[in-house]
Amino acid sequence: MDNHPTIAVVFSAVNYSYANLEVLSESSFHVHQGEFVALIGSNGSGKTTILRLIMGLAKPDSGKVSIFGKSPERARGLVGYVPQYMNYDPAFPISVEEVVKMGRLEGLSRNCDSTRSLSASCPELETALELADVADLRARPYKALSGGQRRRVMVARALASAPKLLILDEPTANMDSESEERLFTVLGNLKQSTTVLIATHDTAFVSSLTDVVLCVGQREGRPGGVLRHAAKPADHIPAGLYGGSALQVLHDTDLPDECCAGVTEGRKARAGRKTP
Amino acid sequence: MSFFQALFDPSMPFVRNALLAGVLSSILFGVLGSVVTVKRIAGLAGAISHAVLGGIGLALYLAAKGILPGLPPIVGALVFAVIAAAIIGLVSLKAKQREDTVINALWAIGMSMGILFIAKTPGYADPMSYLFGNILLVSRGDLILLAILDVVVILLAWRGYFQLEASAFDEEFARTRGVPTDAVFLIILGITAVAVVVLQTFVGIVMVIAMLTLPAGTAGYFAKNLGGMMLIGSGLSLVFSILGLAVSWALDLPSGAVVVLVAGAVFLAVSALRMRRRA
Repeated sequence: MDNHPTIAVVFSAVNYSYANLEVLSESSFHVHQGEFVALIGSNGSGKTTILRLIMGLAKPDSGKVSIFGKSPERARGLVGYVPQYMNYDPAFPISVEEVVKMGRLEGLSRNCDSTRSLSASCPELETALELADVADLRARPYKALSGGQRRRVMVARALASAPKLLILDEPTANMDSESEERLFTVLGNLKQSTTVLIATHDTAFVSSLTDVVLCVGQREGRPGGVLRHAAKPADHIPAGLYGGSALQVLHDTDLPDECCAGVTEGRKARAGRKTP
Repeated sequence: MSFFQALFDPSMPFVRNALLAGVLSSILFGVLGSVVTVKRIAGLAGAISHAVLGGIGLALYLAAKGILPGLPPIVGALVFAVIAAAIIGLVSLKAKQREDTVINALWAIGMSMGILFIAKTPGYADPMSYLFGNILLVSRGDLILLAILDVVVILLAWRGYFQLEASAFDEEFARTRGVPTDAVFLIILGITAVAVVVLQTFVGIVMVIAMLTLPAGTAGYFAKNLGGMMLIGSGLSLVFSILGLAVSWALDLPSGAVVVLVAGAVFLAVSALRMRRRA
């Protein structure tokens, strides 16, 4: 087993405020490549700010954010993003396949790499459509889809660039349990190969796919910190509520950031990991 | 004499110019109109087109007073359009609040300035032909300007198609893919400003915005994607323009208004049919 797995995300003493409101204060955490991370916190706690910092859409006031050893702006090509809301115009004529192709855009280029035009099909596109379970919807107009199908199309769009890090903001908001289960099956298939970071306002339970729980929010004397919590299997939660089985977050546990142990008792094999 | 006879009458070159203006405008109405529609900046384009009257009035005044003799109104219009686009663009990007107030203020101030300058211009200056267009006055220079703008818009739409599509569909996602969405927005606004001025000879500044939204909006019901919307929108605009010109010739009506009415009637009819089918 690799004792020094690649670090996907590092926040070092990051401070960030909106106007006079301090959102993140001296926040430090890290995520290893291949981990499945739940970023939990109540509404307004700063989860979306963390996601925006990772994607380079916002800059920290001080401190450092590093994605696969690069600055967030330079790492954009490595990150796939599934937004929570989309200010979407239902009159916009566009097919599912075209929406997914947007994920292959790179700046001002008409090509997704030096040889292939964005208007053509490519293996990455096919893989993304398959992985997100939307291949059969590819020719459908986007506006004709259900909410759950749209969310999977957004996942496919994020996967179209074959990202090393996939970020999902509240992926199950307003979703029925069947759609949620299908989405988590999709995410389960990505586990190990892709680092997955899910932001959710449900602070009590997370999907059992989760390796790491990061809790954002205010604590006594520590506004806007990010804490690492342990979790235990929650057998009393009916299967399907969290897209499969769930873990209960143990908020009274604070794992030190240097501790890279897995989130549950049964995953202590990973405890040998240390930050390089 | 029917419209089609007049077209081939060598003594009536202005009828052929009018038709050519209709054909060249249709490309802008279809391609740029689709972008304005999916980017949902019709309100911004409306403010720019009305602010242009201020520039037209100022140019007429300066020329008639002998301060800048021979200054053509289109120069004043272009200057005002670009200034209005710059202010609206920066306000939209920087100020998150009161954006609509500023935009509506520009709309009203521009028009009021135009009316005041025209009122104080010595001699007779009729604001009507600027407000509602007069296609029979289209000059060779206007046609060349239209053709140049067509080429620029088609080239930009082809080159930046995926960036345009992505920034109109989901701006934040486009930004995460490295698309300079603010620059895309400002370029669209700038091109729209120039187009509004060049197109006003055809339908007038009040109705330019109608032709930038109605054919594209109708096309949106049938098109499968943005490219299709641009093509169908251009085709519809062409039909509306020729039909409008022919009807206005036959019934001796102002052509711009007839073209807009045809486009509006088709849009409303198609919308009503779609709504009935869904109900």
